[in-house]
Amino acid sequence: MSDTHAHSVAFVRTSEIPAAPPPYAATGPVKWMRENLFATPANGLLTIAALYVIWVVLAGTMPWIANGIWNTESLAQCREVLDGAVGACFSVLTERWNQLLFGFKYPPEYYWRPMLALLLFFVAAAPVLFFDLPRKLLIVTALFPFAAYWLIWGGTILTPLVALAGFAAGAAVYQRLVAGSFAMGFFGAIIAAFIVWTVGGWLIPASASQNALLGAVPSRDLGGFMLNMMLGVTCVSLSVPLGIALALGRQSNMPLIKWICVIFIEFIRGVPLITLLFVASVMLSYFFPPESTLDLFLRVVIMITMFSSAYIAEVIRGGLAALPKGQYEAADSLGLDYAQAMRLIILPQALKISIPGIVNIAVGLFKDTTLVSVIGMFDIVGMIRGPILASTEWNGVYWELLGFASVLFFIVCYGISQYSQWLERRLATDHR
Amino acid sequence: MTTLTDPPQESFRLSMLINDTRYRSLTFQAIAAIVLALAIWYLGNNLLQNLRAAGLNIAYDFLGDPAGYDINQRLIEYDSRSSHARAAIVGILNTLLVAFLACVTATVFGVIAGVLRLSNNWLVRKLMSFYVEIFRNIPVLIWIIIIFTIMTAVMPAPRAFRGDEPEASMLLGLFAFTNRGVYIPAPVWGPGSMVVVATFIASIIGVIGYRRYATKLLYDTGKLLPMGWPSLAIFFLPTILMFYIMGRPIGLDIPELGGFNFRGGIQVGAPLIALWFALSIYTGAFIAENVRAGIQAVSKGQTEAASALGLRPGRVMNLVVLPQALRVIIPPLISQYLNITKNSSLAIAVGYADITATLGGITLNQTGRAIECVLLLMLFYLTISLLISAVMNVYNNAVKLKER
Repeated sequence: MSDTHAHSVAFVRTSEIPAAPPPYAATGPVKWMRENLFATPANGLLTIAALYVIWVVLAGTMPWIANGIWNTESLAQCREVLDGAVGACFSVLTERWNQLLFGFKYPPEYYWRPMLALLLFFVAAAPVLFFDLPRKLLIVTALFPFAAYWLIWGGTILTPLVALAGFAAGAAVYQRLVAGSFAMGFFGAIIAAFIVWTVGGWLIPASASQNALLGAVPSRDLGGFMLNMMLGVTCVSLSVPLGIALALGRQSNMPLIKWICVIFIEFIRGVPLITLLFVASVMLSYFFPPESTLDLFLRVVIMITMFSSAYIAEVIRGGLAALPKGQYEAADSLGLDYAQAMRLIILPQALKISIPGIVNIAVGLFKDTTLVSVIGMFDIVGMIRGPILASTEWNGVYWELLGFASVLFFIVCYGISQYSQWLERRLATDHR
Repeated sequence: MTTLTDPPQESFRLSMLINDTRYRSLTFQAIAAIVLALAIWYLGNNLLQNLRAAGLNIAYDFLGDPAGYDINQRLIEYDSRSSHARAAIVGILNTLLVAFLACVTATVFGVIAGVLRLSNNWLVRKLMSFYVEIFRNIPVLIWIIIIFTIMTAVMPAPRAFRGDEPEASMLLGLFAFTNRGVYIPAPVWGPGSMVVVATFIASIIGVIGYRRYATKLLYDTGKLLPMGWPSLAIFFLPTILMFYIMGRPIGLDIPELGGFNFRGGIQVGAPLIALWFALSIYTGAFIAENVRAGIQAVSKGQTEAASALGLRPGRVMNLVVLPQALRVIIPPLISQYLNITKNSSLAIAVGYADITATLGGITLNQTGRAIECVLLLMLFYLTISLLISAVMNVYNNAVKLKER
């Protein structure tokens, strides 16, 4: 058949002709626009509506930002300079910059101290956040809380040193006893740390010199965005270990411990943070001896830590529940005891699964630190609504100030969530 | 041959309390019980001592005393001679009101934004992810303050509506947006209006009945009755007919400018609007993410299988994708409702008289009964949360995948 056919055809092309270029409308930007913006008439209408929304927003804000005035002393001066034109008075930010960041009572000559603490914080957080950095940097992380405390509050250096010594003693005892059993090491470490702190607590007032190296700052003088950062960092880092303990306690087969954890978690999750802050501001002092004066900052830290630890516990419980049962059984069959199984097999995997959830809680917590303005602390929102908007110079500059606070929070929270997505990709060990 | 030997009866040694797993859990629980008891004793003892020193006692009879403060936004009768308990109830109702309103609008915003984030229109997709990121990453307290500022500082004063050439005018002649709140028309229930309402309710039941009947007919006989326009007709026609038969008994009381302020209609205060709107758009961004995740959780094979069976796109959505997506969407949606209820306590920042502002704010400050007020406040929120989680559990059990 094919032979006869070959004879009957005069000419057969022996090579393939090159493909013709696609039609103009099926390549490049035109194709992209046809597919992504004007696929159907309804879709085209949506595009036009979206363009209109963008136009309205930009037309409303851009001239306002572009005409912004950065160097006047008060709103009245600013309006004079603007002379009726549309424009922002960003000069409130430059003039009240320090108040927005540090609060209105933190001594100006000490501003370098929180800034240094912030720098140290970046160094200390880096090895925790990025695993490729040299592990030796973790020493900075371990020392950071004490250094930051001393930098921000000042006063005698003995307080952070004693605290550090307590942790060091606890770690030493743990190293010595953990070979026997984890529980012995754990409880031994707690007891050792408490002994050091108690002894140190007696010694500090006797031996502290009157003129400390760094002047003391009472914690009611802290304020501004610094207060938000401090509350956020302290409470998140304290509540992760507490949350892990609560989640493990809730899974425990010891009924008493399980029920303590369940009641704590459900109670905390059932009430809004505001009520817990009310507890901190008006109620908590009733529960401590009359002579003890826990300052408001510490009380707020306690309550926010409790609040976020309950939420983190639920996230970690989800991670624990998501692990296949075989992992628990494999740990048992290797002869690991509870503490070993948890430390070596269960928690590393469960925590990895929980990272997105924990980061969500951390972002939420950081945003919730603005609530302390309701109980009369001067964080950035408290500063804006209180001293700055109430002053005669700046009465009426709402958008610049609220916009500034929004931008600060957006940068931090968006940054954290981008980091968490990077970390998830980085830790993904499954082959999907 | 087997030898049966009893295991040697071990005598109990003290070290077994730590080393033997059978007894170790008892040891730990005993330690925990002792620590807990000590902590409660310590805190309770301090509380009693502090109360004695301050000359206070825990008592709730202050709730019966006259409150002595006014509440602008209220759903039930209340004046300054009413008791603290009644002020608390006004607060509870206000909390429930704003939580309910915000739940409804947040769901609307969230579903629209979530679906649009999956649109194949690039610009709309980007715009919606911009909305979600902006609102999720800025504290809700700042949003509440921003919208409250818009309501009070940007909206025109009532006198701007005055004169022949007013600076501001009412929307559609019905709604007035002023810096004292929004005035909306109030319905006036004339005689016979109940008949109209009853007809309306009956026609809703009628629509449901008709759709049930049509579905049953379809399943039994394969006969397809039209669904769309008969439902609409049953929904609207009888009510409209009855409305005119009864001589238009339901009227509108449109707000009017009188003196220095608007009269008539319903005044919705700026704090309520600020709280409602801020909670809606803030939580809407979270709900949008839940909706997007839920729709994406339905595997593509389901859509393809449905189209392979010959279902039209609308039916693919209604009969295949949505029922499966809702199973994923609804549990986080309900916990967002819970978040709205808890976040409504931020009302205190803009002076909306919810339970936190009445019981936890003014009543607490006037009576000095901090412990009682905060405990009652927590009790209220706990009750609400437990109720909502109970609803969630019922739902989860109802839609749980029946595994073979």
